[in-house]
Amino acid sequence: MLFLGFYVPRTWLLPSTMVSCALGLGAVWYEKMHTQELANTFYNLPFVNGMMGMSQTACLFGAIILTAGLLVLPFAKNMEANPRAELAELCALTLFAMAGALLMVTYKNLIMLFLGLEVLSISVYILTGSDKSNRRSNEAAIKYFLMGSFATAILLFGFALLYGSTGSFYIASLGGPDLLSGYNIPVDLRLAGMALVIIGILFKVSAAPFHFWTPDVYDGAPTVFTAFMSTVVKTAGFAAILIFLEPFSSDTDHLFWAKIITLCTIATLLVGNVLALVQTNYKRLLAYSSISHAGFMLIAVLAYSSDTVDNILFYSLSYALATVAAFGVYIVVADSRKAEGIEVLRGLAKDEPLLALSLSIALASLGGIPLTAGFIGKLNIFANAIAQPQLLPVLFVAIGVSVISVYYYFKIIAAMYMSAPIETGLVRVSFAQVLALVVATASTLLLGLAPGLLSFFYAG
Amino acid sequence: MSIVPSLLLILIPLLAGVAVLSSGNAVAKPIALGASLLTLAVFVSILAAFAPTAELQFVYEQPWIQWLNITLKIGIDGISLIPLLLTAGLVPLIILSVRPADYSRHSTLFGLILLMQAGLATVFLARSAFLFYLGWEAALIPIFFISGIFGGEQRAQITLKFFIYTVAGSLCMLLALVYLYSQTTAVARDDFDMLAAAGRALDAPTQGWVFAGLFIAFAIKMPVFPFHTWQPDTYTNAPAPGAMLLSGIMLKMGVYGVLRWLLPVVPLGVASHQNIVLWLGVIGVVYGSVIAIKQSDIKRVVAYSSFAHVGLMAAAMFTLTAPGITGTLAQMLSHGLTVVGLFLVVHHVEKSLGRRDVGSLGGLAKEAPAFAIYFMVILLGSVALPLTSGFIGEFLMLLGVFKFNTTLGVVAGLTVILSAVYMLRIFQATLLGPKVDGISALRPLVLAEHLVFSVLVLAILVLGVYPKPILALVEPSVTLLVQQAQAIR
Repeated sequence: MLFLGFYVPRTWLLPSTMVSCALGLGAVWYEKMHTQELANTFYNLPFVNGMMGMSQTACLFGAIILTAGLLVLPFAKNMEANPRAELAELCALTLFAMAGALLMVTYKNLIMLFLGLEVLSISVYILTGSDKSNRRSNEAAIKYFLMGSFATAILLFGFALLYGSTGSFYIASLGGPDLLSGYNIPVDLRLAGMALVIIGILFKVSAAPFHFWTPDVYDGAPTVFTAFMSTVVKTAGFAAILIFLEPFSSDTDHLFWAKIITLCTIATLLVGNVLALVQTNYKRLLAYSSISHAGFMLIAVLAYSSDTVDNILFYSLSYALATVAAFGVYIVVADSRKAEGIEVLRGLAKDEPLLALSLSIALASLGGIPLTAGFIGKLNIFANAIAQPQLLPVLFVAIGVSVISVYYYFKIIAAMYMSAPIETGLVRVSFAQVLALVVATASTLLLGLAPGLLSFFYAG
Repeated sequence: MSIVPSLLLILIPLLAGVAVLSSGNAVAKPIALGASLLTLAVFVSILAAFAPTAELQFVYEQPWIQWLNITLKIGIDGISLIPLLLTAGLVPLIILSVRPADYSRHSTLFGLILLMQAGLATVFLARSAFLFYLGWEAALIPIFFISGIFGGEQRAQITLKFFIYTVAGSLCMLLALVYLYSQTTAVARDDFDMLAAAGRALDAPTQGWVFAGLFIAFAIKMPVFPFHTWQPDTYTNAPAPGAMLLSGIMLKMGVYGVLRWLLPVVPLGVASHQNIVLWLGVIGVVYGSVIAIKQSDIKRVVAYSSFAHVGLMAAAMFTLTAPGITGTLAQMLSHGLTVVGLFLVVHHVEKSLGRRDVGSLGGLAKEAPAFAIYFMVILLGSVALPLTSGFIGEFLMLLGVFKFNTTLGVVAGLTVILSAVYMLRIFQATLLGPKVDGISALRPLVLAEHLVFSVLVLAILVLGVYPKPILALVEPSVTLLVQQAQAIR
């Protein structure tokens, strides 16, 4: 893809990137068909010397990542017109990022996790700064890069401690210090390593208190890459957490990481939703909303049970679909009206009823309103968590912030339907963009009404 | 898959609603009216075939979300019959009463009304928790847009406040329902009977928590004092059809919720909070009435009167006596009829004269005798004069409260006097007395409006004189409900 830019016209680049995504999706699908008869865990079908493993779940996470990429890419269309944008590089970088994300859902060895995380992150750092003439884009990229590197260092330190205490980088061996049983290794070392790795990944999914980069980066990055970031990176991050936590399911381990994650969850839910309330900038609002969704997914992680993986899968998918539509509509409207902020969307229902409808459904889904996929996602998580009494405080917080979230999502819907447009201008939408929006919106509704249709989604 | 008539009560308005939303203004009203009349016809056929037993009838069950054991189950018993009758009967009247000329995008309005009807029918039919919750929220979204798009000046803020308020309640309810669901069996199910059984098996403190979650949702929807602060603004700012839907039918979602999902599900929780709710209800009666007397905007008077009436309904339900509950059901019907009538009266005055202030109106009866008669009968129904529908309900409810606690009964009995005060006051101020200078006469009623008013008046009188057929259908279910709610003591 990188070199394709030399040979073919610019207009071919996006379609060919999308074809690559589709091919990847096809491969994932093929793989899933062939792992059908195996049990639903992360650890079968090893390859690359056992450092990666393909499984049903990994396939499904991969499918979500590629679908999100496929749906986001049409909105990069407007970059074709901008002669300063290095389209070929950007297309290649999105593909690299997705390759990194796919590594993160299939790793069985910490080295592979690191590799995936870095391939993903470095690509995204560059994508963030790709609007070279925009000062905020540059600032965001630097900020993201510095803080991201710091998180990576923490992650690596965690790896080191884990290796020191267990003698292995293989996930399967992290459960206890078997390999080094002759040595006197303190148990705390292993737990400390685990905590540091968790923190490193929590940074990537923008959980509080490691979220400070999120609003600035989301705001500064070109919107299409913001959408890409908030779907692909988050999905990959949660898959990585789930894989990583699998060997730490013994009671003492579980108790330990549950403490860390409980605190992070409550902080994330509060920070994300309360700060989203006061945002007037659409992208920053969605950034805080993205933080709050990380909080909801962390509840699923906390209620660690056989349903957790399914719940996170469903939530990731519904979140990705809604986010693509939410950013997609904003991109086309903001580009056409040459303005930014929630103001741009005022009175949209009068000029573009279908775009307004699509965005409303997406926001309702993000807010967890019934009839949309977002509601089923939340319901799954609540139903799984409520059986565990120690999670009740977290659930009460979650319910409280859900109410807050309805306010800021519906404030946007109210702006679209209930106020007069400040400025009218024809909104130009290409065919591929319409298709992506239709797919995202229709799937959101379909998953909300008949989630059973996705039974193939649940391998178990 | 055979189509059960009860399913049609949801499907017809749903499909017609989508069709109307995507149609043009020209055909919107005929399609909407036709669909709502068709729904009414289906409901009449159900009513004719309904057997007066406590059994669940017209059941339709279908697995839905299999990995959560969620089913789609609907059915009708005596308790759900009343709100369904109200929904099926009032929606055609509301649609008929809308003059397309008053709204620029009336195809949107009619479509939303029909979608709302589908949501309401879902709430009243649902026998599985998931479907119930779905309908509960699905009914909220159309009214959000009806009030928000067609409402008065401050519509965006007021509608948003109303929406947030009710969503907050809904989420409390969701938590309670999900908890009950998790307690059903080893493999959790969301069927109503299993949920109720699970609820009854809980210990008293836990039932108290579940009670709190459910009650907050229902109390906000009705609204019961002190959860009412959204109500007056929302009713006053909503367009006439919106206000009619809100107070005529949507309010009954809360009442029905208490009867179906609260009283028989957590009897211990109910028993320990019974007194509090009764007092809240009675406070609402007096408080709402007193404020209604002080209002100068006639639309606000109607809004507060609705708040006062629903306070008595809440109190009567929580007596857990057969008269109290039967009275509540009768009042559901009666209140639906009268409040729709009253909002129509207010709308007519406002659209003709451009004002709703008691001080600026007067002497309208001379030029509009028919309108004055309609208004009078509806008003008498609202203040519960004997031989009107309001009397049956109010008498039974007061009887229930008296039986439970005489002091409360006396205080609640004030409603009869107070409601007469505020209602007759607005009647006098608008229709009687000298004509205020500078206002024109009321617009003559058109045929459709005559029709709507006549049907309402007739229904108020018929139910007042001979309520027995309806009460007979309801009675066995009420007896069963009282047994379930009191089983513990």
